[in-house]
Amino acid sequence: MRKIAKYSLVVGLVVGTFSLSACAQTKKVNQKADSATSNAKINPAEMALAAGKLVYEQNCLACHQVDGGGVPHLNPPLSQTDYVLGDKARIIGVVLNGLDAHEPINDEVYSNVMPAHDFLTDQQIADVLTFVRNSFGNKATTVLVGEVAAERAKKK
Amino acid sequence: MFKNTKNLYASLLVGALVSFQASQAVAQMAKDKIADNAVAEPIIKVPSNFKTTIVADGLGKARHLTVTDKGDVYVRLAKPVDGGGTVFLRDTDGDGKMEIQKSFGDFGGTGVALGDGYLYTSSNSEVFRYKLNANQEVIDPDKPERIIKDLTDKGTHNTKSLVLDKSGNIYVGIGAPSNACQTKDRTKGSPGMMPCAMLDSVGGIWQFKTTQPDQILKDGVHYATGIRNMVGMDWNGQTNSLFIMQHGRDQLNTLFPDMYTDQQSAILPAEAMYELKKGADAGWPYIYYDQNQKKKVVMPEYGGDGKKEGSSKYIDPAAAYPGHMAPNGLLFYTGTQFPEKYRNGAFIAFHGSWNRAPEPQAGYFVVFQPFKNGKASGDWEVFADNFSGMDTVMSPGSAMHRPCGLAQGPDGSLYVADDVKGTVYKISYAK
Repeated sequence: MRKIAKYSLVVGLVVGTFSLSACAQTKKVNQKADSATSNAKINPAEMALAAGKLVYEQNCLACHQVDGGGVPHLNPPLSQTDYVLGDKARIIGVVLNGLDAHEPINDEVYSNVMPAHDFLTDQQIADVLTFVRNSFGNKATTVLVGEVAAERAKKK
Repeated sequence: MFKNTKNLYASLLVGALVSFQASQAVAQMAKDKIADNAVAEPIIKVPSNFKTTIVADGLGKARHLTVTDKGDVYVRLAKPVDGGGTVFLRDTDGDGKMEIQKSFGDFGGTGVALGDGYLYTSSNSEVFRYKLNANQEVIDPDKPERIIKDLTDKGTHNTKSLVLDKSGNIYVGIGAPSNACQTKDRTKGSPGMMPCAMLDSVGGIWQFKTTQPDQILKDGVHYATGIRNMVGMDWNGQTNSLFIMQHGRDQLNTLFPDMYTDQQSAILPAEAMYELKKGADAGWPYIYYDQNQKKKVVMPEYGGDGKKEGSSKYIDPAAAYPGHMAPNGLLFYTGTQFPEKYRNGAFIAFHGSWNRAPEPQAGYFVVFQPFKNGKASGDWEVFADNFSGMDTVMSPGSAMHRPCGLAQGPDGSLYVADDVKGTVYKISYAK
């Protein structure tokens, strides 16, 4: 019961402050995040991308690189992989729990461990995954805060 | 924002393939774009009077290599191609191209060495040897003798480089599957383990006998410790000692943003060359070498602040280079083809960095380190450059080639193996 209350609260907060919802999926995504922040009329999709880009630069770029290309044999690429474009619960889980699987991704094995990023907020994780799923040649649906909260709840 | 035309074209192509029947025109368009995007082979930059030729390419992920007395080449592949993890190359007609390319051994790996009538190769957990005939050809490629088995392979830092000495010993580098021996690898706030117990079985050099089958770790001599990961290794015949290149730790800035800036983290710690005598301890994970302060510094996971000096019980490097450039090949040059200054000096293949982002990457070149009387002497210099095919590498995946292995031919030429496209270069000197 408490979990549900917490979940609703998070969803409510997010919808209230960012109006991030299904409309983000239908709007044309403008990847110029820099201009998005200075634009007088900021749409929610652009805002999520801009916020996600910041989270990416601070937490992901060192390993996955500026172009999302990763590092051959060490850190997986984020472009055109099933991990990124497929099941949202799985990629949310990777961010929350890290990854030490060394399973092949697009036929290549990547050897570095990814640490858990559960210190990021649900909002930050939703934003960064929305950014990653719509950058580096990717095009996929938005990740919602509620979806991250649901995965985090499973973890506890 | 981010531009990655390669991925864009890849996605175009993937998309086009999915709807192939519906839209052949789209597929053709994607193909045209890929063709337009084709880039010429980079010209390797070498000092004047040197020339570089490509003797083989497209081999796969070519790691280390070795050259026989007759000029044939054995190349190890990280991943077998068509069931072959070692490639034999021969130029039969003397045109400078290795037109014979035969592969054998269905296991990938990095290490390869020639000596005492045998070819030695490693997977990421085992070492094998193949008996050679008088022409240094493998007699039975399907039946190597396994001399070492069950070495640690946990994915990270798992390659096993090989070096032979002149006394029937083989040295195997066993990297530590860890960045800084934290309780949780690469996790901010996770402390360094005290002691770093994994050093019992990894993070060092083990010496084995070349002649004894199926040795395991405890059959070997724990020759040196405190080395995070080592890929470039060679025996220095002048000093009669082992030299290795350490891959220094990553992520000073991402794990300790209050102590290190992006810029400091891009160049620290040094990629260090060590001369290892039996019993040496290079200090990982307790210290690292700072090439600017010219001292051993306590690791931040172990109470360091970027300045506090590390214990003197750890050896000093023989030479130090800027951080993260990934020294994957080391070769002491003993030939007479190159000018005098190169003799007994070291060539180092720097595979190229990734842990400098968001700063530009560095390396992707072969360096020469002058030596005098068995000691590094004088500044290192870039010897062969432009393997990446670009002025500045921002993301490692964009580099066209990455130098990984080094070998010396019988005529004194230098061979370089690239593990992106499997190109083998030969660098020669002509007055």
